[in-house]
Amino acid sequence: MIHLAGIERVFQVGDEAVHALSHVNLSVAAGEHIAIMGPSGSGKSTLLNIIGLLDRPDKGSYQLDDVDTTELSDQEQAEVRSHKIGFIFQFFHLVPRLTAAENVELPLMLAGMDPEERKTRVQGALKALGLSERARHRPDQLSGGQRQRVAIARATVMEPHIILADEPTGNLDRASGHEVVQILEDLNEKGIAIIMVTHDPDLGRRAARRIQMVDGQISEDTGVATNL
Amino acid sequence: MKSEDVFRFSVKAVSGYPARTALMILAMAIGVASVVLLTALGEGARQYVINEFASLGTNLLVVLPGRSETTGGPPPLLGQTPRDLTLEDALALKRSANIRAVAPITVGSAPVSWRQRDREVTVLGSTAELFDIRHLSMALGRFISAGDPSQGSAESVLGYKLKRELFGNQSALGEWIRIGDRRFRVVGVLAQKGQSLGLDMGDVVIVPVVSAQSLFNTSALFRVLAEAKGRDAIARAKTAVQDIVRARHEGEDDITVITQDAVLATFDKIFKALTLGVGGIAAISLGVAGILIMNVMLIAVSQRTTEIGLLKAVGGQENQILSLFLAEAAILALVGAAVGLLLALGGVWAAARVFPNFPVPVPFWALGAATGVSLFTGLIFGVLPARRAAKLDPVQALSRR
Repeated sequence: MIHLAGIERVFQVGDEAVHALSHVNLSVAAGEHIAIMGPSGSGKSTLLNIIGLLDRPDKGSYQLDDVDTTELSDQEQAEVRSHKIGFIFQFFHLVPRLTAAENVELPLMLAGMDPEERKTRVQGALKALGLSERARHRPDQLSGGQRQRVAIARATVMEPHIILADEPTGNLDRASGHEVVQILEDLNEKGIAIIMVTHDPDLGRRAARRIQMVDGQISEDTGVATNL
Repeated sequence: MKSEDVFRFSVKAVSGYPARTALMILAMAIGVASVVLLTALGEGARQYVINEFASLGTNLLVVLPGRSETTGGPPPLLGQTPRDLTLEDALALKRSANIRAVAPITVGSAPVSWRQRDREVTVLGSTAELFDIRHLSMALGRFISAGDPSQGSAESVLGYKLKRELFGNQSALGEWIRIGDRRFRVVGVLAQKGQSLGLDMGDVVIVPVVSAQSLFNTSALFRVLAEAKGRDAIARAKTAVQDIVRARHEGEDDITVITQDAVLATFDKIFKALTLGVGGIAAISLGVAGILIMNVMLIAVSQRTTEIGLLKAVGGQENQILSLFLAEAAILALVGAAVGLLLALGGVWAAARVFPNFPVPVPFWALGAATGVSLFTGLIFGVLPARRAAKLDPVQALSRR
């Protein structure tokens, strides 16, 4: 499903060129559960952003579902993001003035879906995450765990087959964090690939496949999916 | 993305930041209101002056003795002439086919008294034709009779105010008053008409022209009012007046003919230019409001960086984000324009209350132009911030909290 080959990403910091990623090769099969781990500045988030088409590699090829994404225009990339990828962030990134339901509705609205269908989808997504009661609450009226659940509802409402999570529990207490991980694992059970960046070794151990990154390179990869 | 969604999202964004929205709407409203109000005032001044001129009479030619000099020395406005404009000159004008009516006018100031009351007023000597030419109307009695203009008679017509001051509530008709050293019978009182270009028609007494001339011991006329047969005849009437008087004055062009049209057209031009100028000045405030919109939208973009990044992450395309922010600017501009129009209408209403005689028409083009310009400025000044939002790098945008 995902094939990264020879990915390079260089940031210019002052006079210095920082190699956030150098020569990364990675293949991910559908429905995998991957934890990307490593120290700060090792390129985990950059890798996640490139997989999520938020960032473009300076070199290398990225094939997503047999399409070379590096050749897509910004607009086409946005469409791919809209339909195939869901994002979950450490800081939730909910729009503060919109209710939970409206936040979940955003991707559907941007995709130009009919209001009727949007409504049923949003209700379905909120119900699946036990948030039906909170649909009309704004983010500041929700707890951290609830906010992250709203964010997960938003990430899944377009029914993507990849979910990218950047430290999804990093800003939650243990109980809520555990709850969020459980939800993600449930989603993975349903066949959605989860790629998660985390600092938490316990969390990392729960993933079927762990990727360790150091200095912009993959230093360790348990269980590379074969023949993908 | 559907346009009603763009609208709803933008309305939510606008109402989500009430203080900033209120300020922007206020700025836009002040701009729009000042454009509309000032153009309305300018237009009002123009109509006021034109009405004043129309009340002087229509298709009017004013014949003045003396000629406006355009060459030589430092001239007086009107050149001196040895020849007066006489009653005979005035009556001769009637022979022209292009002139309908002629009213010679002699003006002087004399004490007017009835019993013990005494007033110094303007005495206007003229003929019966003045009544039609100046569009006068009577409150009581009749105007001076249309006999032979070269024969004086002892009739007089009082202005409304003069009648009140001399007679109070008593009847003036048929009474004998004294003007200077002569006695005149009051045959009529003018209706209240108010100011007419400086000369207060309420504070005059009108007598036959010959009587006034003997009163002031002069044979010269102050001026002659002539009414042309129609609008098209004005130019021909002007030439006719000049020809006739020249023939009578031994070939000398020693009069000045002013057509009311020319004066009117000049005033019209002046006031139109004035209105445009004032409107232009007001439009600057619209420009300022536009820049304010740009500023505030730029701030909004930087405040909502993560929101923009998020919209991109969940599949928002650049042009969608562009249209979201443009719609926001347009909504602010339009609501501001609407509030401004309400303010302007309130101001016009108040002005009409304070100055009931002064027309304050809101020109339709000003309404449209103000709204259009505010929308235009909103969009123009919204483009830069919206583009900035659309071009935002989502990774950087999302890395902030």
